[in-house]
Amino acid sequence: MLEIKDLHANAGDTPILKGVNLHIRPGEVHAIMGPNGSGKSTLANLIAGRPGFEKTRGTILYQGKDLEDMAPEIRAREGIFVAFQYPVEIPGVKNNYFLKASVNAMRVHRGESELDAMDFLAVCKEKMALVEMPQDLMGRSINEGFSGGEKKRNEILQMLLLEPKLCILDETDSGLDIDAMRLVSKGVNSLRSPDRALLVITHYQRLLDYIVPDFIHVMSEGRIVKSGGKELALELEDKGYGWIEQEGGSATP
Amino acid sequence: MSDRSLQDDAARAHYVATFASLGRGDGGGWLGSLRQEAIERFAELGFPSRRLEEWRYTNVAPIAKLAFIPASGTGDPGALDMEALALPDFGGTRLVFVDGLFAEHASRLSDDPALEFQSLAQSSSQADRVQGSSLAHYGTLVEAKDDGFAALNTAFATDGAVLTLTRGRALAGPLQIVFISSGGPAAPADGENQPGASFPRVLIVAEPGSEGVIVQDHISLAAGTSLSCAVSEIVLEEDASLKMILMQRESDATYHIARQRVRQQRNSRFSLHSLNLGGAILRNELDVVLADEGAACELDGLYLGRDRQLVDNHTLVDHAMPRCQSRQLYKGILADRSRGVFRGRVIVRPNAQHTAAEQQNRNLLLSRGAEVDTKPQLEIYADDVKCNHGSSIGQLDEEALFFLRSRGLDESVARALLTTGFAAQITESIGSESIRDWATAVVGARLETLFNPGESP
Repeated sequence: MLEIKDLHANAGDTPILKGVNLHIRPGEVHAIMGPNGSGKSTLANLIAGRPGFEKTRGTILYQGKDLEDMAPEIRAREGIFVAFQYPVEIPGVKNNYFLKASVNAMRVHRGESELDAMDFLAVCKEKMALVEMPQDLMGRSINEGFSGGEKKRNEILQMLLLEPKLCILDETDSGLDIDAMRLVSKGVNSLRSPDRALLVITHYQRLLDYIVPDFIHVMSEGRIVKSGGKELALELEDKGYGWIEQEGGSATP
Repeated sequence: MSDRSLQDDAARAHYVATFASLGRGDGGGWLGSLRQEAIERFAELGFPSRRLEEWRYTNVAPIAKLAFIPASGTGDPGALDMEALALPDFGGTRLVFVDGLFAEHASRLSDDPALEFQSLAQSSSQADRVQGSSLAHYGTLVEAKDDGFAALNTAFATDGAVLTLTRGRALAGPLQIVFISSGGPAAPADGENQPGASFPRVLIVAEPGSEGVIVQDHISLAAGTSLSCAVSEIVLEEDASLKMILMQRESDATYHIARQRVRQQRNSRFSLHSLNLGGAILRNELDVVLADEGAACELDGLYLGRDRQLVDNHTLVDHAMPRCQSRQLYKGILADRSRGVFRGRVIVRPNAQHTAAEQQNRNLLLSRGAEVDTKPQLEIYADDVKCNHGSSIGQLDEEALFFLRSRGLDESVARALLTTGFAAQITESIGSESIRDWATAVVGARLETLFNPGESP
């Protein structure tokens, strides 16, 4: 589903990614861990197509297609979804209006008919219940005045509504208390299916207690320096990132 | 500059002659003499020049060079197709004026005891003004000596709305005042098609403890060049509360120059939503005097410009007494090669302690050719006050734009959504749902023409 080869990229003018290789198949759940500044979020932003992030070498193939020339909205409609680390507040644009427009953009792309207000509301209510999203947040402007936890739940609600094929969570756990993390995880886990892949980017191991990955990759200084099964997370929890960086350092002198 | 003063001389002569030929000073009475004084004042003042600080950014030479003559309605009252105008219905009293003249057949009067209405034409038939009546305020807030446009309105306004919100009562429903500009004189002089002018005039006196919502709506019948030279005088007595929604949506070829002055007494509340949808030149000069303790005003403005339009808002909030509050938020959205002007002054007088004043101006430029001149200004002469102001000019937030696109929306749709959201921050604070929905729809329809600069003529 996602095949990244020898990816080098800049954030602004600063080289961040220095040769990332990653292969994700449908049905798999991958986690990328690593210290701050290792390039985790750059990878997520690059896949989403955020301006200011530029690939300098290598390829990102999604469903066999090169993402390079694909506008962010096309990537989204083809099934890529990134839950952002810092959800943006948009005063004046109502959450429910935006969500309906977004859902319908996807439906039109898939050749389905648009949902009317009633049908949308029904679908929306069901998904909101899953992440226990308060009803009144729907009539408010996007993320305006939302708590940190509500913003993250709003991201997950979008993910549930848009039913993407590749879900990327960019430090969705940051700033969440344990209850909010449970809700977010419940929402994410409901999306697990054989034809859908998940990439969870996190700094801490604790999210992976709730969203259990098949593979864990450790990123350091713009490269994936170690990959393994879910037990790797526990090892990192015990020893910190220091030993990985040393190991990675010795592997590429 | 000499050619301009020649042009200005010609303009003065034109209006003085028109005034005389229409016999606007005749008939005596208090209004007749007020008009006579006003045309004399206009002859002295002429149209304001850009040398005046208040007119620095707005050149009215295009207005001065057109010899407007007062339009006189559609002639035949039956010719006014009210259905086609698709006016909103808020269920309350509706007063319709065509070219500033009261059109009773098109209006809907009510026996709401909270409202007294007289047309200016009716009330001016009395030789003298009754002391203490609402009419006693006529021409005292906006005076002919203020500037050329105020003088012109006072000289030529023969009709208008004189409204009293009666003591201690609340209007049964929103009061709707519709000013329809017909776009031309009924009978063109010399067979020539001279552009028509109208002189909308409003006087509102909200008696102590009264309450009301008023929607003032300006529309055009035709697309041709016309001038609307409007004056509103609004008095809020003690504890009165008035919410106004001003919708200016005349044709693109309209010159609309409006002067509004509000005087607020103790503990009165005034709120205004000023929605300026464009025009060749659209200018609002709004003064609010907080004349006694505890008065508060909230001014929200939204101005849209497209093509080569100029939209100018000058506000002045005068904190004359202690413990008054004012809040202003004006937002502009400018497309194509349009220009916006915002100049907001807040004056806090030496004894106006415990003043709270806020003033913000936000501008969104949709094209490289669009321009804004913004100048918020605080003049504070008291020391125990809480005041702040600010202004910004910018494009759409790139982060927000990317976010919406990352959720599958086309870039053009995302831009439209963000622009609409920017405007919605003004309309969504309209309290009445039916008025809010109407205003949002009217603004939304106009905004759509701004999104794709290539498509507008």
